[in-house]
Amino acid sequence: MTEMTYREAIRSTLVEEMDRDPTVLLLGEDIGVYGGTFRITEGLLSRYGPRRVVDTPISELGFIGAAIGMAMLGLRPVVEVMTWNFSLPAADQILQNAAKVRYFTGGQVRAPLVIRGPNGAGVQLSAQHSQSFESFYGHFPGLKVVAPATPADAKGLLRAAIRGEDPVIFLEHAALYGIKGEVPDGDYTVPFGKAAVVRSGHHVTVVSYSRMLHLALSAAHRLSGEGIECEVIDLRSLRPLDMETVAASVRRTHRAVVVQEQWRLYGAAAEISAQIYERCFDDLDAPVERVTGEDVPAPYARNLELLAFPGEEKIIEAVRRVIA
Amino acid sequence: MERVEERVAVERMLDWYRRMVLVRRFEEQTERSFRRGKIGGYLHVYIGQEAVATGFLDAIREDDIFFASYRDHAHALLRGTDPRAVMAELYGKATGVAKGKGGSMHLVDVARGFYGGYGIVGGHLPLAVGAAYALRYQGTDRICLCFFGDGAVNSGAFHEAANLAGLWGKEGMCPVVFVIENNQYGMGTSVERASAVPNLARRFDAYAIPNERCDGMDVLAVYEVARRVVEEVRRTGRPYGVEAVTYRFSGHGAADLFQSYRTKEEVERWRQRDPILLLERRLRERGALDDARKAEIHAWAEGLVEEAVAFAEQSPDPPPEELYTDVYGADP
Ligand SMILES: Cc1ncc(C[n+]2csc(CCOP(=O)(O)OP(=O)(O)O)c2C)c(N)n1
Repeated sequence: MTEMTYREAIRSTLVEEMDRDPTVLLLGEDIGVYGGTFRITEGLLSRYGPRRVVDTPISELGFIGAAIGMAMLGLRPVVEVMTWNFSLPAADQILQNAAKVRYFTGGQVRAPLVIRGPNGAGVQLSAQHSQSFESFYGHFPGLKVVAPATPADAKGLLRAAIRGEDPVIFLEHAALYGIKGEVPDGDYTVPFGKAAVVRSGHHVTVVSYSRMLHLALSAAHRLSGEGIECEVIDLRSLRPLDMETVAASVRRTHRAVVVQEQWRLYGAAAEISAQIYERCFDDLDAPVERVTGEDVPAPYARNLELLAFPGEEKIIEAVRRVIA
Repeated sequence: MERVEERVAVERMLDWYRRMVLVRRFEEQTERSFRRGKIGGYLHVYIGQEAVATGFLDAIREDDIFFASYRDHAHALLRGTDPRAVMAELYGKATGVAKGKGGSMHLVDVARGFYGGYGIVGGHLPLAVGAAYALRYQGTDRICLCFFGDGAVNSGAFHEAANLAGLWGKEGMCPVVFVIENNQYGMGTSVERASAVPNLARRFDAYAIPNERCDGMDVLAVYEVARRVVEEVRRTGRPYGVEAVTYRFSGHGAADLFQSYRTKEEVERWRQRDPILLLERRLRERGALDDARKAEIHAWAEGLVEEAVAFAEQSPDPPPEELYTDVYGADP
């Protein structure tokens, strides 16, 4: 075990995988000379040279499409999007090519690449720079969508993503880059589709992922002081989605709260709640609660922004409602 | 043109003729099959444009690769993909090139370097640029062809792909040949009505990509350019753009019956320069083709097409289990 930040976990995994496999290369805006907007790729240009650490123009459609083409020819590109907000010009490439080429060619062409970068709500970044894409990309078969909440998972999931056979949407969270945690040493992977029970409890199951996990955990800590024990689950990957672990927990606790940062309508929490009803209807002692962002573009003003995204308080209130 | 003709052996020209006739007969059959409801979805044929893919695909090596748009039947057939498997794909059968999961717009044959037909206008251009980079990254001298229509030139994907290609080409890292199949129309919109600069080859000037136009109705002219360009791209690792000026005789798709956007006279005028007719004239002048030989070749092509249809008709539908295969690969 080594203690490191989420950022360091991502960087060291990139280094280990690039050392191990010469077909792994990086592309993105300002990842080389500049060192990466979030300094993930700092130092990698001098280590691997400009053919493996490719600074691209501001041309998401072009370079993400090109990375897909590289993957088709046997390379394993890891693309950094400056933030997932800027993946939209390339959505055509990701959704129409990467997600589907294996299927419509009957398995003849594959596109194993990783697209990674910060996702989620920021600090007063307002409408165009503060949103989450897990439901958007998670909707499309052919893609895998992961959202690590801890440094250990950032490492394990990224390694699995790079070594896998599929296009992976790797959603980091800008607010998590600085968090520290113990990371297992060596050749460590976290398989997709295996949720983690991060805290056990018997009163209610709180399902979350990415940054919301940390809010759920501190809410659980506070509720524990009142004698309410939350079981907190980190989904880790949104597609594939490990509903087995969630359902098993709900069958023990009989109550569920699903927490997500993004918008409510058609969001991941809607899917997860529906599946809880499908699988555990007879086990439930209360309706499933959803804690989500408000259905508005992210506002700039600090007070409005605080209202727009879920905080610890909203999770505590939701838990109290399902317990009542 | 005489000079070029002398360099191209008559056997090679006869071979082009055979292939072009096969492609033509095959596609005429697909139009009939579409009308009979045997082929579903969209069906975009290449009739009139055959010289372009014929010339280019004959100028590349066996280990080179290529991408195409949804107008892709000719590309597969010309590269030697079994016509039976192509027809079976159009019929949505398990024996098709993509097990019936791709259809007309997504033909593919990776074993022959064909990385697929794509259904979104311009969407495959960036893929070809990345593929070309990969070929150099892997230390080979293989090259990549990318075929697309005149309409695609106005998409953002064209400009982003061209810019990256020009940029990476400076380092010798982008051996891609962009082949504009300028058939004069994007659906019902003529090049003049869609392009601020209708000389499409010149678009490449903006990205420092050498370019030229060629007569896309004359397979000799196409081949001559293709051979030179492909070898230059192979040597330099830099991209090149070719605009092949051609024409489609059929509708945009099989459902485009009335073609009110163009006149019969215009189509007729272009038909005078039918690429198969032009080549036939050449071969006759050289005494390499007479009526008997011609009949033999057409009968051979018709035979292959009949065989392909019979194969497709008799092939089984994909089994229901195929619904869920090829979505994901193996877990790491
Ligand atoms: C992005 C996108 N917009 C629209 C369409 C619908 N569409 C299919 S083919 C076509 C015309 C394309 O013309 P061109 O690129 O010249 O190719 P051609 O059909 O002439 O070979 C259009 C508009 C599409 N497939 N993709």
